[in-house]
Order: sequence, then structure tokens, then C-alpha cells
Amino acid sequence: MSTVLQDLVNQPYQHGFVTDIEADVAPKGLSEDTIRLISGKKNEPEWLLELRLSAYRQWLKMEEPQWPNVKYPKIDFQAISYYSAPKPKKTLGSMNEVDPELLRTFEKLGVPMNERAKLAGVAVDVIFDSVSVATTYKAKLAEVGIIFCSISEAVHEHPELVRKYLGSVVPVGDNYYAALNSAVFTDGSFCFIPRGVKCPMDLSTYFRINTENTGQFERTLIVAEEGASVSYLEGCTAPKFDTNQLHAAVVELVALDDADIKYSTVQNWYAGDENGLGGIYNFVTKRGLCKGVNSRISWTQVETGSAITWKYPSCVLRGDNSVGEFYSVALTNHYQQADTGTKMIHLGKNTRSTIVSKGISAGHSNNSYRGLVRIAPTAAGARNYSQCDSMLIGERCGANTFPYIQVNNPSAKVEHEASTSKIGEDQLFYFAQRGVGAEEAVSMIINGFCKDVFQQLPMEFAVEATKLLGLKLEGSVG
Amino acid sequence: MIYQDSKTLLAVRGLHATVNGIEILKGLDLTVKSGEVHAIMGPNGSGKSTFAKVLAGHPAYAVSGGAVVFEGGNLFELKPEARARAGVFLGFQYPIEIPGVANSQFLRLAYNTVQAGRGKDELDPLEFDDFVREKMKLLEMNPDFLDRSVNEGFSGGEKKRNEILQMALLEPKLAILDETDSGLDIDALRIVAGGVNQLANKDNAIVLVTHYQRLLNYIVPDYVHVMDAGRIVKTGGKELALELEARGYDWVGAEVKANAGVNA
Ligand SMILES: Nc1ncnc2c1ncn2[C@@H]1O[C@H](COP(=O)(O)OP(=O)(O)O)[C@@H](O)[C@H]1O
Ligand SMILES: [Mg+2]
Repeated sequence: MSTVLQDLVNQPYQHGFVTDIEADVAPKGLSEDTIRLISGKKNEPEWLLELRLSAYRQWLKMEEPQWPNVKYPKIDFQAISYYSAPKPKKTLGSMNEVDPELLRTFEKLGVPMNERAKLAGVAVDVIFDSVSVATTYKAKLAEVGIIFCSISEAVHEHPELVRKYLGSVVPVGDNYYAALNSAVFTDGSFCFIPRGVKCPMDLSTYFRINTENTGQFERTLIVAEEGASVSYLEGCTAPKFDTNQLHAAVVELVALDDADIKYSTVQNWYAGDENGLGGIYNFVTKRGLCKGVNSRISWTQVETGSAITWKYPSCVLRGDNSVGEFYSVALTNHYQQADTGTKMIHLGKNTRSTIVSKGISAGHSNNSYRGLVRIAPTAAGARNYSQCDSMLIGERCGANTFPYIQVNNPSAKVEHEASTSKIGEDQLFYFAQRGVGAEEAVSMIINGFCKDVFQQLPMEFAVEATKLLGLKLEGSVG
Repeated sequence: MIYQDSKTLLAVRGLHATVNGIEILKGLDLTVKSGEVHAIMGPNGSGKSTFAKVLAGHPAYAVSGGAVVFEGGNLFELKPEARARAGVFLGFQYPIEIPGVANSQFLRLAYNTVQAGRGKDELDPLEFDDFVREKMKLLEMNPDFLDRSVNEGFSGGEKKRNEILQMALLEPKLAILDETDSGLDIDALRIVAGGVNQLANKDNAIVLVTHYQRLLNYIVPDYVHVMDAGRIVKTGGKELALELEARGYDWVGAEVKANAGVNA
């Protein structure tokens, strides 16, 4: 049978084209000069350059983390170019000014820009390599006081907000990759929802890595003031290259009293080929701070790509009664490796968190869940529920669960459930005996397995995610 | 029922099959015509389930000799799913659990796939819901079973009913029901057997694998076969089942050996 399963997992990557656009690329290598160059190109204020330099100096003293359950050759940080901007680099006022080549790329990617964006009611901030190319819907959002723009723009237009919140959730020296990002980040999205405003549409960013040997270091900052709410979607793809590319992003979310932030990701970076050649190294720090009382931050991720994923979207539940959620599907195939999970840090009283993690491994891949639930002495009445399920397809893949539970308040309640299952020959035969071929059978089983997570995604994203998992596994059974 | 002019649905000739390199079927012969009901009996381990799975195309079983013709074509040229669409149905002795997949979803996918394979109309979820509820009434099944995961946490008897529900939906040409009666209480047996009888007609055929006469009181076989060590060693009418019930299987084996001696 295993050939059946094998073929199903062997599905060519569909976004593996390179767009032929001239790019303004910085020379390879990292030094204080590189950072000054980036900061200079972006015309940044002094305080931001200082923040970058301080991050860089801390990074120099740090060690690359060895604890994740992933293996890769040592990264040569001097062989990476830290800045790549599509030329011409002038600011674009409307979609008509965008390079048509770029638009075709977006079309191939299925990015809902232009009219499609409007029809879909999605405001898209597109990050292409490192510079934000166009932001749609800005005006409409501005009417209700929402700021949605690239972070570079925000640095100039809203410096007081950026300065107040940037690095407030993920300090510049937080960890190795976060420090690197803080030193060299080139662009990303900024989103500010003022007091009492419910964002009238889903906000969306589409990330894509185009140039070989450039690292992508975006920085996203979302702030929801008292009583505000927003749903944010992030989608990612990258073209195929034989070399590995580094992606080290930082995402910070801040929710004040009664605010609600929902952050959804469908990640489909290039994962390398069936022999493990190429693919993205995805080392990302995502963290949300439930700063105010009754606030809520919810992470939903569907991780299907990248050669290596190292990612733990977390919630710091500082406000009393605040709520953190993490819903995750991570699929690995071929030689992909994923070490992903979450951290729920309970500080406030009666804080609650929910973790639902679904890991699917196929091929020779390795999929680990790593999650921390920490209940601080101050978190009286805190509750956590965690459920971590793994599914194996075939005989050569692996799944691990590493739960870390630290309870320092006796009134807290923490529950953890875990399971491992396998798509077996007998299940596929049962489907076949009812007329249903292996691909459809696997897709139905996988969708059933992921149901609790897909339910959390906005409708169009859920449909996408379902299709994506099907594609990723297509051809592995036959 | 035996009809004068019915055509041969299934012809099994000298079938040999192995699992994990061990030969289990050792020259099995069987002919089934449309309209007929056959019962296959025989001791545990004689290869009844193996035979059923070989016909359905389970990948763990390898055919090592012989031939099977289904509706005039070589059955082994069809993949398992194509056999199902062509009308071969296996009621599993141990139905498989599929956690996370709603029974209703599974049933509809199976139904639509088989319908499409036969060039017939598919049903959308609402239409299918009405359709499947009607079929469930026949089997006195609680509609709650639609929302549960396929076979997960079903009792033995509930699983068997779910099998017959699938048979009712897929309307097979050839239904092989592997110990569908085990695990059923008396009432359930009557209901399930009633369901099977309603589905039987002159264009299809049913092969019942069973250990017990009590099922055959409800579904009356035209032929009763005794299987031993991978072959059908004796065939008779419905009275053979009564004899087996009274005397066990040993005498059949002895008779076969004696005959073999005569022929040698
Ligand atoms: N997957 C398998 N691996 C090894 N032996 C098997 C396997 N399946 C069946 N057998 C053996 O084949 C023989 C026939 O089994 P089976 O067809 O289930 O018999 P029955 O249904 O008549 O009780 C038994 O000896 C059984 O142990
Ligand atoms: Mg059996």
C-alpha cells in the first residue's frame, strides 16, 4: 500500500515560478554598515536605527538555538543579502502603477487584488521581497480610523504609535531570530484599530519571497485598542530554488481592554523537493499580548510549506479574564521538518487558553508539537485545555509531542490530551470497497482530522486550506 | 432464488491466494448466477473472509493462481474501487472505524462515487439526507448515526446494520456478506435479514458467509457450500445447513478425505 500513500504525498509545488523583475539588492553580508544601509535606504529616524543596532549587538552575543527537533546545516549569515526591493522603487499610489509583471505574479498566486480584492472584501497589503508594494482599501479603512499600511510607512506617518508598541511584545533581544529580525527587518504590515472600532473587513497580507539568496525579515505589528476587534489573514508562498532561503519574521499583537484579535495564517512556502533539496527555513517569532482585561487573541495556522518550520505563536495573558487560543494544522511531507506549537503564559486572574494542534506527517518528514503552558502565581483561577493529535501517513515519518506544563497557582486547572493515529491500509480499503479512491479517501480523513482547526478559519481561507492539504498529499497514494 | 434463464454473474475457477507468503486459498471453485442466494459455511480459519477480501481486492492478499470472471470480464483487472463501482459489495466481518469522518459524509461520497461510475445522477447533501433517512427506516436505524464518525464507537450490531445500510444505498450486483449475523440479537437479525431480502431480486446475487442456521431461516439460500482449508469441499441445498448445524463440520472433512482416497 505504501506506494499508494507515497504517490499521494508527491505533489509538485504550484507557486514555484520566479518573477523577472529587476531588484535593488544589497550586497551579501551582515554588519553595522548593512544595517545603516537598510535604515538609510528607508530614510528612518534615529531611534529606529538605534533599535536596530542594539538588536544587532545583542544578536552577535547570542547562539543559534539547538533545542528544536530539526536538523540543518549551519546557516552562513554572511552569505545572505539583507535587502531586496523591486525596481523602480518609487511609492505607488494606485494599482495601475504596479509593475504588470508583478501583477501577473499575484494572479498566478491567486492573490485577491484589484477588483477581485474588492469583490472579496479583502484589503491586501502585499509584501514582495521586502518592500510593501501597494495597499488597497486604505481610504475606506481610514474613514473609521483604522490604519493599515506598511510598517515603513507607519514609521514615517505614525512614529509615536510604532515607537510605543514596536518591540513591546517581542523585545529586540528576545531570541536569536527575533534579534536578527529586529536588526534587519525591511518591511511588513502595521495595523491599528482605534478604541471601539470593529474592523469592517478581514485584513490580509500576502508574503512572497522572490529573489534567491535574500532573507525575508518582515515585521508585523497589530494594535487593537479598547473594545476594538480585527481579523487578520496572512498567506505565504515562495518560488522554487535549490538553495535554502531564510525567513525570520516577527509578529507582535497588542490587545487592550475588551479587544479581540484573530490572526490566521496559511503558510505554503516552498518546502524543498522530494529529496529535501531547497526550501525555506521559516524561523518565526509570533506573540500576542493580551494587555487589557477581557481581551482575546486567537492564532490559527495552517502550516504546509517550508523545509524547516520553527514557530510558536504565543499569548501572554496579562489582563484579567483574557483569553488566548491556538489552533494549528501542520503538515510535513518528504524531508520537511516542523517544530511548532505555542506558549500560553497566564499572568492575570481567570485567564483562559485553548490549544488545538493537529500534526500530519508523510514521507520522511518529522513533525513535532512543542507547547508551553505556564500559570504564574498571580493567575488565580486560570484554565487551559490542550489537545494535540498526530496523524502518520506511511511508515517512514515521525511525530513527537513535547508539552511543558508549569503550574504555580493551586487554583488553576490544566488539561492535556494527546493522540496518535495512522491512515491505515484497512481504512483505505474500506473506502475503496465503497467505490472511493485513495486520494479522496485520504483527503476526507485529513479534513475530518483537521475539522476543529478549519472551523476557526474565515470561510474562503478554510476552502483554500482544504484544497491545499489535498494538493500537498496528492499523488502519494496509488 | 434459482431462475431458469439467469446468467452467470460470478465464476471462480481454481482460485489460489496468499497472504504474507502463506497460501490460504487452494483451488476454490464457485459459480453464482443472478437471482441466487448462496451460503458459505465452514470452520474458523478455513479462508472464508480471505475469499471475500480477494474478490473485493484487498491489497494484502495476492492471487497466485486461477481466475475470476465477473459479468463476463476478468475481475482482477479492476482496481478495488472499480470493482465496487461495477457492483461488487463486501459487507465486512469487522467494519473499519474512521474517526473524524461523519457517517453521512462518508455515505454520500460512496453513493455519489458509485452513481457517477454508473453514469447516474448524484445527490446534493439535502437530497441525500432525505434519501438515506428512508433507507435507515428500513433497517430501523436511528438517524443519529448519520452525525457520528464512521463506525466509531458503534456496537458490533450497529456496525453490521451500517454495512447493510451501505448495501441498500449502493445496490450492488453481487453482495458478499461476511458474518453479518454475528453480533446481532434476535430482533436485529430479523430486521437486517428483512432488509437484505428486500434488496434481493432476479438481477443480483447474495453470498452469505455464516456459521449459523438462524440467519438462513430468514434468508433462505439456494445453495449451501462448505469451505475447508481454502477450498469449497461440499455443496448442497438449504438442508445441508441444518445437517451442519446438527453434526458440525468434522464429518465433511472425513468424507472429503475418503473421496480423495477413492479418486487416488
Ligand atoms: N493478514 C494475514 N496474515 C497472516 N495470516 C492471515 C491473514 N489473514 C488471514 N490469515 C490466515 O488465513 C487463514 C484464513 O483466515 P480467514 O479467511 O479469516 O478465515 P475464516 O474467515 O474462514 O475464519 C487463517 O489461518 C488466518 O490466520
Ligand atoms: Mg471470517
